[in-house]
Order: sequence, then C-alpha cells, then structure tokens
Amino acid sequence: MFELSKDHEDFRQVVREFAQEQVAPHIAEWDRDHHFPSHLVPQMGELGLFGLVVPQEYGGAGLDEGGFTYLCLAIEELGRVDQSVGITLSAGVGLGINPILTYGSDEQKQQFLPDLVAGKTLAGFGLTEPDAGSDAGATRTRATLADGHWTINGAKAFITNSGTDRTSVVTVTARTGERENGRPEISAIMVPAGTPGFTVEPAYDKLGWNSSDTHGLTFSGCAVPQENLLGERGQGYRQFLKTLDDGRVAISALAVGLAQACLEASTEYAKTRTAFGRPIGVNQGVSFKVADLAVMVDAARLLTYKAAWLKDELEVGRRSVAEVKQAAAIAKVYSTEAAVTATRLATQIFGGNGFMEEYPVARFYRDAKILEIGEGTSEVQRMLIARGLGL
Amino acid sequence: MNIVVCVKYVPDAQGDRTFKDDNTTDREGVDGLLSELDEYAVEAALKLKESGEGEVTVVTVGPEAAADAVKKSLQMGADKGVHVCDDAIHGSDAAATSLLLAEAIKKSGEYDLVLAGLASTDGTMSVVPAMLAERLGLPQVTQVSTLEVEGGTVKGRRDSDVASDTIEASLPALVSVTDQINEPRYPSFKGIMAAKKKPVETWSLADLGVDAERVGLAGSWTKVTSFAKRPPREKGEIVTDEGDGGTKLAEYLAAQKFV
Repeated sequence: MFELSKDHEDFRQVVREFAQEQVAPHIAEWDRDHHFPSHLVPQMGELGLFGLVVPQEYGGAGLDEGGFTYLCLAIEELGRVDQSVGITLSAGVGLGINPILTYGSDEQKQQFLPDLVAGKTLAGFGLTEPDAGSDAGATRTRATLADGHWTINGAKAFITNSGTDRTSVVTVTARTGERENGRPEISAIMVPAGTPGFTVEPAYDKLGWNSSDTHGLTFSGCAVPQENLLGERGQGYRQFLKTLDDGRVAISALAVGLAQACLEASTEYAKTRTAFGRPIGVNQGVSFKVADLAVMVDAARLLTYKAAWLKDELEVGRRSVAEVKQAAAIAKVYSTEAAVTATRLATQIFGGNGFMEEYPVARFYRDAKILEIGEGTSEVQRMLIARGLGL
Repeated sequence: MNIVVCVKYVPDAQGDRTFKDDNTTDREGVDGLLSELDEYAVEAALKLKESGEGEVTVVTVGPEAAADAVKKSLQMGADKGVHVCDDAIHGSDAAATSLLLAEAIKKSGEYDLVLAGLASTDGTMSVVPAMLAERLGLPQVTQVSTLEVEGGTVKGRRDSDVASDTIEASLPALVSVTDQINEPRYPSFKGIMAAKKKPVETWSLADLGVDAERVGLAGSWTKVTSFAKRPPREKGEIVTDEGDGGTKLAEYLAAQKFV
C-alpha cells in the first residue's frame, strides 16, 4: 500500500540519473547566468517526460491510466536537482500540453502536440495579469471577433515557457463578451509565437528559478484566426480552474523534490562537517533539524502521491472532482510550506556556507519561496480547503 | 544483422568496496548496476540496429541481481536477454567467464557481431573480449572508438598515444569499444515499459553443458590470494616561500619528473 511499483522506481531511477548527469554539473552556472537550458527540452522529450499523459497518436506514452503519477515522479526528481528544470517540465505539460490535449480540436492537437511531446517546442498558458491572478474573473485582456479573426488587446504576467527559443504557442484567456448576469465571458485563445502584435517582454529579474523562462506578454491589436479559440467560447475560466488543480499537485511534487534535496544535503553535511573536533550532527541542535526534515519529506511525499493517485483515478472515473481538488490543495499547501521550511533548516545547518552560492542549498533557499505562491498561494489553498469542508 | 552484446553487473563504484572471506567482491549492501563502460557497447549495437535490420541480444554472467544489467540494456532498446546464473559460477575469473559467455553466445543462435565494453568498472582487466574471441574463433578488433559495418566487414579505429590504427575484420567478429565511441542513451519511458515484455532466458551450467569444475573459484586459473586497502593519502609537502619559493617549487616538480 505504501510502495510504488517496480516500474515507478525504474522510471524514477532514469530521471534521477538524467538530472544528476545532465543538470547537476551545470546548474550553478546556468542559475548564475539566468540561462534557460533549452537544449535539455528535447532530451527530456526523448526520455518521454512530456508525453506521460498523452496518447500514442501524438507521440505520448499512451497509458490507459496512471500517467499523472509518473509525471509527478519526474517533476520530483528533476526538482531534487533543480527547481527551474522541474518547473519547465511541470509547466510544459500542465500548462502547455494539457489544455490543448483536453480542449483542442483535432486540427489543433495534430498541429501542436507531436512537437510539444517530442520536446522540439514548448507552449505556455497566459492567465495571470498584472491585476488578475487566482481571481481570473478580473481578467482585463479582451478579444473581439470580427471578419473571422480574434483581435487581442491586453497584458499577461509571469508566463512560464512563453519566451524560449522553442516556444510555439501561448494560450491566453481573454474577455470575449459579457454574460447575461453581467459577469465577463472568458475564453481561451491560442496565439502562435511571432504573431504580429504579440510581444514577449524581457525576462523578469526573479528571486529564484533563474533558469526557468518567465515573461510578461503584451497584446496590441494582435489578430489570430477564429479557429484559434481553444475549447468552447465562454469556457475559458472553467477550463483554467481544472488546469490549476493538476498544477497544484505538480508544484507539490516539485516541493517534495526540493525538501528531499535539503534532507540529503543536510544529512551529508551533518556527518562530514566538524566543529569542536566532532561532526556537527552529533549535536541535537543539528540532528533534530535533520530529523524534522525527514518527517517533512515523508509527509509531503505521501500527500503528494495520494493527490496524484486520486487525479489518475479521477481520469478513469473512479473518483470525484471534489476529492481531487481537496487533496490537491492539501498537498500543495503542506508540501510547499514544508519545502520553504526545509530550505531554511538546511541553510542553517550549513551555517556560513549555506549563505554561499558555492553550495546548492543557497539556490534552494532562493528557489523555495515561489512554491508558496505559484498555482494559487497558500492562502488560496486554505480558502479552498475550508470551502471543501463546508465553511 | 544479429548483434550480441556482453554486459556485466558491477557494484556501484560510488559505494564502499569490500571483499568477502574468499577474496571475492562483497556485493551485499552495495547497489549494483550495468557497468557504465558496457553502456557504450549497448549503444553501439543499438545504433547499428537502427541504421539497418537486425536484433540485439545482451548476455551477462552473474548472480541473480545481475538480471538488472540485462534489464537496463533492454530498457535502452536491446531486443532480448540471456542471463547465465548458477551458484557454481561464484568466483569465476576472466578465463572462466569467457568460457561461459562463449557457450551462452553459441547457444543463443546465429550472430554476426559480438560487442563488448572497454573493461568492467570493477575488475578493469579488459581481457575477457580477447579471450572470448579466441574461444569463439572470431577475429578480434579491440578497444575501438569508431565502428562501421559495411557488407561483410567491420571497421574501427583504435586510438593510442602515438598513433591511430584503423582495423578491419570480416564478420562474424568480436569488437570491444571505448567510452569515446558514442553517448549512451537514457532509457525512455516507453523503453522501460517495453522492456517488461522482452524475452530473457536464464541458463544454468547444465543448460550450457558446462562442467562445474571448469568454472567458479575452484575451476578458475587465477586466484586472488590477498587484497589490501589503498593506503591513505599522505600529507602534502609545504614549501615556505622565503624569497626562493619559485625555485623550490620548480625543483620539487623536477624531482617528481613533472617538468
């Protein structure tokens, strides 16, 4: 009951090797230079990481069930070495591939999915705006339909994978009208990279996740064909909420990887670093911190795997949406807060060295904070959990 | 073209190396894996297969856990596996291992090319490929960093400090490859799933018709009589600069024949 299958472990092992060999030796430099390692994307495609939840006809794994759990394992293992690479996969699948796979027409799927799954291209999803985050109803970006074209005006903020050299398309939510009750009608529209009027703003100067690609986007009279509507008109908001549920579990997996990395680094350091002639780990002030890390990692992992499993069960109709929503919010709030605490404990155990970029824990510390914010803040998660309890 | 790749399951080089009472490697408590140097041979085989027709069979000799080396090769893309496993094999030296590999390869069917890595990452003797070629009566092209097959011949380049040889042999042949030949692939998710359905034969000594007296500790021609831990690194020499630091440093390097 509390063990993954041999297949899961075999897969984890491969992703771990990949991360150790292809990411770990270079990540400090990429992080320092704010470099997006674009060359890793097709390599991850070859490993099959972008296709775990995708049918075979688009080059995916074609699993009958269980794909999402595999994806979370991959995100966790990449995240154990570097969060930026982990979020590139997480967003690439959850925000890039998933909406097209779930809501796209046959033509849209044929056009975009094979290259996305192969890691030749990346796609982004633009929901957040300077003045609209989880409050997606406050979306200001507008799209008007005339002469067979949507003309988009507005701006999006913090859009992952939107400005890489291999970004093929960004799906954006926009107001396409007004409902009878006066609330905005929101739809999702696909905007191919390079469309006139679609500007990718310079990369953000971030606290962490330096090797992930994040941009603001501006749309100024940006016209795309009417067929670029993704899914049904007016369904953009609902579509996005579903996307967010999956994303929360994925972020949770990323947090598990980070906490695991803190545990491993701290355990090793506590055994090898000596002070007053003895390894620092013989002092309870240090060893109890490491013990706390172990507890957090275990708890976060179990919550995350449970949520991932529920999501896989939902896909085959054995669980309800409400159950998954609740489990996703619980996993996300716990794991991400645990990860932030874990990086604080790890840097503390490393002492002065923990403040030095020479050691990975310094990067971990900077990378952790966003976990409590992205895909719904901790406060939003608690709001959802309380709502799920009928409050 | 049918290709056989010889692979070895070795203790993880990152782990602590210990020996048992009979001077054989202690595998308890150490993670094992497909010898990294053999991954290059598997990759070379897969590349040849992908550029034409054929089948890749991996063969290993080792304890039960050695099945993992076969599995990893199948996950990378090999088609079938052979695992020679028998309690009596324990302690076999290179010559005895080459006998077992030769018998297993003969039993596994028709082949055009036998591939091996540069050396195992545990024993690092590099002699099994040559011994195996002798037992199979094959021309041997060892330690090459390129490999081409055209018609009935195989061609490879062996790089040394002073020159590079290009060696050609007629098929069937045995070739061992270095770690310069390619970049081994990672198993893909599909590869991991597909490997589960690929056939693996497990053969005992009886299956191979090999007499137990010819292998194992007792049947081996060589014997490890003792072992010693590498001595701890000695303290470095500190040169104090009293205006002549450069000279002292140069003298030291010259004395060590570095310059």
